[in-house]
Amino acid sequence: MSASVTNLQEAAGCHQEVITLDKVSFSFQDQKVISDLSFGIKERDFIGLIGTNGAGKTTLLRIIVGLLKPMSGQVRLFGVPAQQFKDWNRIGYVPQKNSFNPLFPATVREVVLSGLYGRNKLFKSITKADHMKCDDALHAMGIEDLSSKRIGQLSGGQQQRAFLARALINNPSLLILDEPTVGIDVETQQSFFHMIKHMHQHHNITFLMVSHDMEMISSYLGQQPAAENGKLKFYIKHSHETQSCVENNLAHSLKGLRMKLENGGEK
Amino acid sequence: MLEIVTSEFFQRALIGGLLIGVTAPLMGIFLVLRRLSMIGDTLSHVSIAGVALGFLVGVYPVAMGLIFAIAASFAIEKLRKAYKSYAELSIAIIMSGGVALASILFTVGKGYTMNVNSYFFGSIYTLDNTDLYVIAAVTVIVLVAIWTQIKELFLITFDEDAAAVSGLPVRNYNILISILTALVISVAIKIVGALLVSALLTIPAACSLITAKSFRQSVMIVVFVGELAVVGGLLIAGVWNLAPGGTIVLLLIAILLLLLLVRRGVRLIN
Repeated sequence: MSASVTNLQEAAGCHQEVITLDKVSFSFQDQKVISDLSFGIKERDFIGLIGTNGAGKTTLLRIIVGLLKPMSGQVRLFGVPAQQFKDWNRIGYVPQKNSFNPLFPATVREVVLSGLYGRNKLFKSITKADHMKCDDALHAMGIEDLSSKRIGQLSGGQQQRAFLARALINNPSLLILDEPTVGIDVETQQSFFHMIKHMHQHHNITFLMVSHDMEMISSYLGQQPAAENGKLKFYIKHSHETQSCVENNLAHSLKGLRMKLENGGEK
Repeated sequence: MLEIVTSEFFQRALIGGLLIGVTAPLMGIFLVLRRLSMIGDTLSHVSIAGVALGFLVGVYPVAMGLIFAIAASFAIEKLRKAYKSYAELSIAIIMSGGVALASILFTVGKGYTMNVNSYFFGSIYTLDNTDLYVIAAVTVIVLVAIWTQIKELFLITFDEDAAAVSGLPVRNYNILISILTALVISVAIKIVGALLVSALLTIPAACSLITAKSFRQSVMIVVFVGELAVVGGLLIAGVWNLAPGGTIVLLLIAILLLLLLVRRGVRLIN
């Protein structure tokens, strides 16, 4: 298993490794969920992580971002061991839709701004520049009109865009999505996925997406998993397989995409 | 009526009430939004055991209550991890443990029962200078902590995982919230009583959940509702000679019911 991963890594060229898993193992009460997993994700790769319920998808994500400690092995983020990693604003995180209470009294703007409240900003108050970054992120997702609405009043798809905006506000180099389309209707799922694909193709972002939606993953990342570990399957699209043009203005390029989608253009 | 309002004991009560009317609802909003509403009840019941011990050994009871409350909040966290998906179990266990310990300590020190009872239902009219200083100090600590950390507390309350992924030391913030809550509860029990303290934490938050459009607003609403209930409750209790703690809590519930009715009315009109 791990041999095939190494080969793929070599084929990917000399990009920096964004996530490195080195012989990572994890078990829940004697039950091995992840065993001896070695894996490297390079800049601008798109990784789809698929597995049945309880296969350890979310566990692996939590290990990668340092929420869980592996029983053995090591995780490195941008070359730095996860425990010593400090550059958290390089990582954007989009949770499952149902991770918050719909009654929570917070506006879309408050939620998106909270993407800036990392460790580095302790004791700093919100500046005008922060609000402008927030406007850009809202604009990129096409939800600027909803900024003063309560997050719970939004539809599932709009909520997911708000969370994506929160993840994008720092201009992250790595975007981690944990089942981002659960509980959203099929049509909205598709347009959400279009947006993700577009960002991968036209911007300098590495993607790690957990999903149980085989169809969506395989349509972009191919039918064959690049690696397996237990019940976990990894699908990969390497950076060299994507279009090489990189646009700088995310808001602008996503707006273009949305207009195309609305006119029934890009499918 | 004027005689009561201008009397010294009433003014002390008013100062103490105004201070706790800010801090308790402020901490409450974080607890309620994190589904920890019952923690106020638990900590206050354990705190009572500390108060009883304080009377027994001759240590300032509020301080002893505070130590017990902090210990209890750590014990809850530990138990919460042991019973992950049944977190409320830990709250039930610690709460009954606190009451059990308190009941034993009461009977050991029988002569002091009168004093301890006042902590169950509150005795806001008996606040002395030391009490007021302690309440003021706690208020300053809580306000400074919330004022400087509001963004981080918001993120942790809204989405703990995202907070951790942005590099926030979530564990430290959880400890901070536990300690602040223990502080507020141990000074609040002398004012509204251990049995009623959780109302002052949770009901203003409940009011804000149905009215606030943003987190900012909800912070302002909880403080407003808390102060309204404390001042209004003390005045009503003073005029009609009612138990102040109970009056404050019933007034809080009345405000909540009124808001629910208004909201229903607004919906019907629309």
